[in-house]
Amino acid sequence: MINFRSIKAIYIFEMSRTFRTLIQSLVSPILSTVLYFIVFGTAIGNNINFTNEIPYGAFIVPGLVILTISMQSVNNASFGIFFPKFLGTTYEILSAPISYVEIVIGYVGASATKSFCLGLLILMTSTFFVDLDIKFPILMLCMLLLSCVSFSLLGFIIGIVSDNFEQINFVPMIIITPLVFLGGSFYTIDVLPDFWQTITLFNPIFYLVSGFRYSFFGTGEVNIIISIFSISLFILLCIIIIWRIFKTGYKIKT
Amino acid sequence: MQTIIEIKNLRKIYKDNKVALDDVNLNIFKGEIIALLGPNGAGKTTLISNICGISSITSGDIKVNGFDVVDNYREARKCIGIVPQELSFEPFEKVINTVNFSRQLFGKKPDEKYIENLLKKLSLWDKKDQIIRSLSGGMKRRVLIAKALSHEPDVLFLDEPTAGVDVELRKDMWNTIKNLQNSGVTIILTTHYIEEAELMANRIAVINNGKILLIDKKDNLIDRMSKKTLIIHTNSKINKIDKALGKFKLRISKDKKNLEYDYSPNKKKTGITTLLNEIKKTGIELIDVQTKQSNLEQIFVEILKND
Ligand SMILES: Nc1ncnc2c1ncn2[C@@H]1O[C@H](COP(=O)(O)OP(=O)(O)OP(=O)(O)O)[C@@H](O)[C@H]1O
Ligand SMILES: [Mg+2]
Repeated sequence: MINFRSIKAIYIFEMSRTFRTLIQSLVSPILSTVLYFIVFGTAIGNNINFTNEIPYGAFIVPGLVILTISMQSVNNASFGIFFPKFLGTTYEILSAPISYVEIVIGYVGASATKSFCLGLLILMTSTFFVDLDIKFPILMLCMLLLSCVSFSLLGFIIGIVSDNFEQINFVPMIIITPLVFLGGSFYTIDVLPDFWQTITLFNPIFYLVSGFRYSFFGTGEVNIIISIFSISLFILLCIIIIWRIFKTGYKIKT
Repeated sequence: MQTIIEIKNLRKIYKDNKVALDDVNLNIFKGEIIALLGPNGAGKTTLISNICGISSITSGDIKVNGFDVVDNYREARKCIGIVPQELSFEPFEKVINTVNFSRQLFGKKPDEKYIENLLKKLSLWDKKDQIIRSLSGGMKRRVLIAKALSHEPDVLFLDEPTAGVDVELRKDMWNTIKNLQNSGVTIILTTHYIEEAELMANRIAVINNGKILLIDKKDNLIDRMSKKTLIIHTNSKINKIDKALGKFKLRISKDKKNLEYDYSPNKKKTGITTLLNEIKKTGIELIDVQTKQSNLEQIFVEILKND
């Protein structure tokens, strides 16, 4: 039996928090996307050509979307669960008649929804700069959703494990940003030296960007099946970690 | 009396090996107010956290309304509302939103009428659209009480409801709690204040170092409290009490010089005159007499000292 009403309560409460700060939560990611387009897409991009068919401005769109939604998902989800911990309001969640699965669905669902909408917004923004002709729109939406969910799950873990605000910011800055930048968001990996190409194969975000790009242009650096498989693997890993956290009460129950 | 919470052999050991609860056994009855009285660090909050699922149980069993709080947590927790010791809340949330949230979090259908009545009862209705941060401390605690009651629980835990609250508001809070009891809610409150326990509770449990040292009806405790002791100083060493004095249940003091007699001053016949007459007959010479009264405070201090 799933307690939908409780899930809905958490979900709506989290969403309404966003609406209070709607402008801030949208302006900054969209502005940085616009900047990326101006700098990479137009100023530098005209001199770059990785693939003969795709203009560079369009080429970087999937990577830009991943860059933004990965950061936003992790931020949303980590703050979503860290704030109650910080304020001491987790007592209510813990004493409510809900399972941890329901807690996760509520928080991660809200976080993923926010970044999914943001992802769509960035796509719309990018159409002002480049001609986008999305080859597999359904697949694209699925990939976008999967990315939002997986990074939100990761953010949820970070939020629970962190003891202070510094730690919350640390992981996205130190791990995710480099992984996104080095994961082929702005280039194809065949321009890298052999050694770095091999390293890139261990970067989960590389598969994500590649799969996402495939849904746009019908070409990716790795097979789409492998992409989907690795995202699923990543989601599974996060779920196992969260399951362990709740099972042992680590950092949430005393 | 019907038991609503049943605690058996509860132990709680924190990660740093701190034993916070040591073999606690406690039955809480439906409709009563029970006060957990104990000094800082006694284990009051830990006990509540274990019942409500905020802290994990090391060993032992807790049942609420017959439902195990671990195996059957959904059913058990539906019956429980909790007001934490610390004022914890979403600072920028409106009162009405946070109370509605709590109700739905506990799986209940929205019910505007019920929430309106609840907020009115707690004098929060005119503040329903304010953000919590803008309320005074006493009002914030009321919001937490409203949250705890939003899902119509059978049992309410109040962890130091009157800590840091002025006299006026404290009386107000006591009234609120009494009214809640009258509406059928079982209430468990923790406190450092003996008068509070005395005034509010039907039963009082004294807890220290993770153990329940004493649990009794308040009236029994007050009976004990209102007992007086007559201390009779004599100038001879008393080794044995004379047979003729047997019916008075006298005690001999440690230095063997005094006799002690317990009596209730409220009774018409205290037995003092007869006792003194009988003592005179036995030929014991009296030097002085003195009376001593014990109160809950002394009982409490005594218990803690012996622990
Ligand atoms: N999270 C924790 N980790 C380790 N020890 C803890 C933890 N919480 C409480 N304790 C310890 O357990 C004991 C009981 O604490 P508890 O908070 O239950 O006391 P209390 O009776 O509520 O005290 P107070 O009247 O000050 O609120 C104390 O010694 C405390 O230091
Ligand atoms: Mg306490």
